[in-house]
Amino acid sequence: MIGPVLADSGPVIPNFGRADTCLRENHTFCWSWVKAHWSDTLGPALVQHIVLTLIAIGIGFAISTACALYAHRRGWFERPFSVFSGVLYTIPSLALFQLLVPISGFSTLTVEIALVSYTLLILFRNTLTGLRSVPEETREAARGMGLSDSQILWKVELPLAVPAVIAGLRVAVVTVISLGTVAAFIVDKGLGSPIFHALQSNFTTELIAAGALAVALALAADGLLLLAQRLITPWSRYRRA
Amino acid sequence: MTFIHAFQFIGDNVGLLWDKSLEHMALSVVAVAIAAAIALPIGLWLGHLHRGSFLAVNVANIGRALPSLAVLSIGIAFLGVGKANVVLALIVLAVPPIITNAYVAVDGVESDTVEAARGMGMKPIQLFWKVELPQAIPLTFAGLRTAAVYVVATATLAGFFGGGGLGDIIANQASYGLDGVVGAAIVVTLLALGTDALLAGGQHLITPRGLRGETELRGAAEYQATRVAPETA
Repeated sequence: MIGPVLADSGPVIPNFGRADTCLRENHTFCWSWVKAHWSDTLGPALVQHIVLTLIAIGIGFAISTACALYAHRRGWFERPFSVFSGVLYTIPSLALFQLLVPISGFSTLTVEIALVSYTLLILFRNTLTGLRSVPEETREAARGMGLSDSQILWKVELPLAVPAVIAGLRVAVVTVISLGTVAAFIVDKGLGSPIFHALQSNFTTELIAAGALAVALALAADGLLLLAQRLITPWSRYRRA
Repeated sequence: MTFIHAFQFIGDNVGLLWDKSLEHMALSVVAVAIAAAIALPIGLWLGHLHRGSFLAVNVANIGRALPSLAVLSIGIAFLGVGKANVVLALIVLAVPPIITNAYVAVDGVESDTVEAARGMGMKPIQLFWKVELPQAIPLTFAGLRTAAVYVVATATLAGFFGGGGLGDIIANQASYGLDGVVGAAIVVTLLALGTDALLAGGQHLITPRGLRGETELRGAAEYQATRVAPETA
């Protein structure tokens, strides 16, 4: 008779594994749960989140760099693309995900389209501004040395634009990591997925653990890119000295 | 087809959507107003003193890195579900861009201008009110605009945390169906774009005539704020 009684006793309680006192007494945060569920919940979610982010950044970077290079050559292109990407950037993430659902369904494609669209404004503006802020004298000097236009672009302008490009990448990566958590509302992937599960079951440990992981991932990515920038462009450190 | 049905949903539920939009905007306005009241004095004054760039810039870096859903969920885990707690989380998200932009705006006023004002015998307070603040308005306002658009967007997530607003509909596909969800998403999008356009207009009006045109393009503020990061961080 125990079976049916259990089945009728209210909402299904998630299986927390080896329940210890912390979990039984429903404390706000239980470290033991995090340890027990790292390999089956948090770890995989973290990896999925990183993959989602890398794909979005890769595609977004390719599109916006191409557009920035084009706008660098043909000035008229800047304004329309800025307005277009500015509108995309302004649309609330949850809304954009939902607006894409009728078109591409509840799929990873929907998530990636939305995430990519949030990177465009930042990457485009930073790359373009970086290219434009190359001093005219530098360009003249390169031309005087006999470099062609494309050589100037690849050997002078782009390297000098690297700090601005990476500054843009930092914002874009952090933005995508942040919005990637919302993506779990569309597909059950990434760090948002444990957050939404925890919200439904009102389980604060999972809520905090997944939230903290998302914050840590964003801060780590930001720090790594800053480090990368210092390594790639050692000259920008000496400029102020 | 879904979009046609979504517009039908909007047409059939004008009253509901209006109420939810008002709730949504009330939530956002309160959050931005409190965030501005906290962040503007700090950012402007630090900029005036040319001190605390480390604080002002790093607050923004960390603030920008905080995933909004994570902040909301951690906040709610400790504080419990409800409107006040959602507003608190929104304030945490809105403060960084306002501080940084205000700091960068005042700190970046040309030193020649400041020297000239000082040479004319202005006291620090006069210098701040009459020279630095007017020059700093465009960029400071751009920070407010960034924060406001961000808050309106993030307030959508409030639906998951008992905060009300249009997120209530988006988070509740079981009751409203995909048409209702898409309909509400369209309304939120319009709200965010409307907020941005309104504040862009406000930014234009409040900017002293001589400074117009420089920082008005969308994204200029984001770029300004990022530009200081790699050099000072």
